[in-house]
Amino acid sequence: MVAINTSGNNKMNNKMKTEKINIKAALTIATAALLGVSNLAQAESSTISGTEESAWEFDSAFLFYSEVDRVSAGEAIFNAKKTFANDEVLNLKLTIDALTGASANGAVAQPTVQTFTRPSGNGQYDVAPGDTPLDDTFHDTRVQLNGQWTQLIAPDYTASGGLHISKEYDYLSLGINGNIAVDFDRKNSTFSAGFSYFQDTFTPEGGIPKPFASMLVGDSNEPTWDEEFAKTRIGSEDDKSTADILLGFTQVINRRMLMQFNYSYSMVDGYLTDPFKILSVVDNNGVSQDYVYESRPDSRIKQSIYAQSLYHFDTTVLDVSYRYMWDDWEITSHTIDSRFIIPLGDSFGTESYLQPHFRFYQQSAADFYRPFIMDSDPLPAFASADYRIGEMTAFTVGLKYGLLVNNGHELSFRLEYYSQTSTDAGFEEPGVLKDVELYSSVDAIIAQVTYSF
Amino acid sequence: MMYKKLQLTLIIPILISTTGCASLGVEPWERDLLAKKEMSLNAAPIDAALDDHVYFSKEASSGGKGFGGGGCGCN
Repeated sequence: MVAINTSGNNKMNNKMKTEKINIKAALTIATAALLGVSNLAQAESSTISGTEESAWEFDSAFLFYSEVDRVSAGEAIFNAKKTFANDEVLNLKLTIDALTGASANGAVAQPTVQTFTRPSGNGQYDVAPGDTPLDDTFHDTRVQLNGQWTQLIAPDYTASGGLHISKEYDYLSLGINGNIAVDFDRKNSTFSAGFSYFQDTFTPEGGIPKPFASMLVGDSNEPTWDEEFAKTRIGSEDDKSTADILLGFTQVINRRMLMQFNYSYSMVDGYLTDPFKILSVVDNNGVSQDYVYESRPDSRIKQSIYAQSLYHFDTTVLDVSYRYMWDDWEITSHTIDSRFIIPLGDSFGTESYLQPHFRFYQQSAADFYRPFIMDSDPLPAFASADYRIGEMTAFTVGLKYGLLVNNGHELSFRLEYYSQTSTDAGFEEPGVLKDVELYSSVDAIIAQVTYSF
Repeated sequence: MMYKKLQLTLIIPILISTTGCASLGVEPWERDLLAKKEMSLNAAPIDAALDDHVYFSKEASSGGKGFGGGGCGCN
């Protein structure tokens, strides 16, 4: 309650200090109008009256993500949150992102020029000798909306429900979630149970390729091209569903320490193949004979355990988490994520903090992952050369600087470096494949600006 | 193997909540530090959402802290 009243009072002070129309007030009215809040006057007056109902809180952020020679992406988030009189919380979030650049198509590098057909079937692209084949036609724009309502349903029982919609040019995702949390032992312990369900539809350009069909390479202007290309397709769209269960336990250890433990179970069913990914079929000399579209199982069960701990030293706070994930594709992964929050006090003329970030990630390969297929071997039931389900190690180092600006609003900057290194899970490399890079690495810069008001 | 991990996940919290009942936790008036924003389990939800999207698109794991669900065609 203290925090809510403080912000209410701040608001009142600001209002009295200046008669300027501020952005927050305008947005508050706009949001209320959009939501059809019954009494606009009430919504407005609550921002200056300092009642228990708090003002809207807004967060806006822009993130720029750029990989060396590959994908670049920009993502903007606008989040609006309001706490009502009985501690009900409404959270609305708009996410917009755009992506462009080149992505590995799954084929292996060769000592000669390679020609591939674009996923749409319209045109070809060449890859220079020795280069990891990248398809440079990736571009997408996505809009996502989330709404979440949280409230107390009985003493110590908090319930929450939410909706999700995300639309891309070739992808639609609809989701719902629900969660219930129970506090006990003076609110020192909390058990929570949640579920979520997503229904996704994928309509990739060029359609859904037939598993293991050979990529058609040739002149796309030939009269028979469209007909031949259609033979490598099995439809125009496919879908997948994801059902998650999440059980959590949070415990206050002492005045300085808090811990959380989660267990999650996730069932994914449907189209889990990447329609843009292929595999090279090579001979005993490692020379490409063919490119075939990848094929993955149509179900995946993922489980994970997650532990997080927060520790408050005299002034600094350490936040460390660990996740172990395993699934029935035989992928296992370890993730360690840690942040250290260092308040800098007023040393730069305003209250500010510094936050170093370190993340380590390691995963083993899916049982059907293989960097290429040997033409002398029988075709496997499933195969993918997507490095994202291969053996990999990654780390992130970053630094965030946050400061309080006018009216107690917070401005922060975050800069991170992310590096992924694919590693050899023990596949033999025939002939020419010994001389090319089969397991490349991806390095990315992540820059973010956040403004909360 | 799988059940061992599952057992461990369930046993740790139960151990903490049963054996430590007497010593764990604080009284309401001892929550000065815990009440601070930086001591919340998801202190920066915007950062977390952006990070989840990056790592969901680039790695084979997702979720754990929260739901790992679908949501985009980025994977």
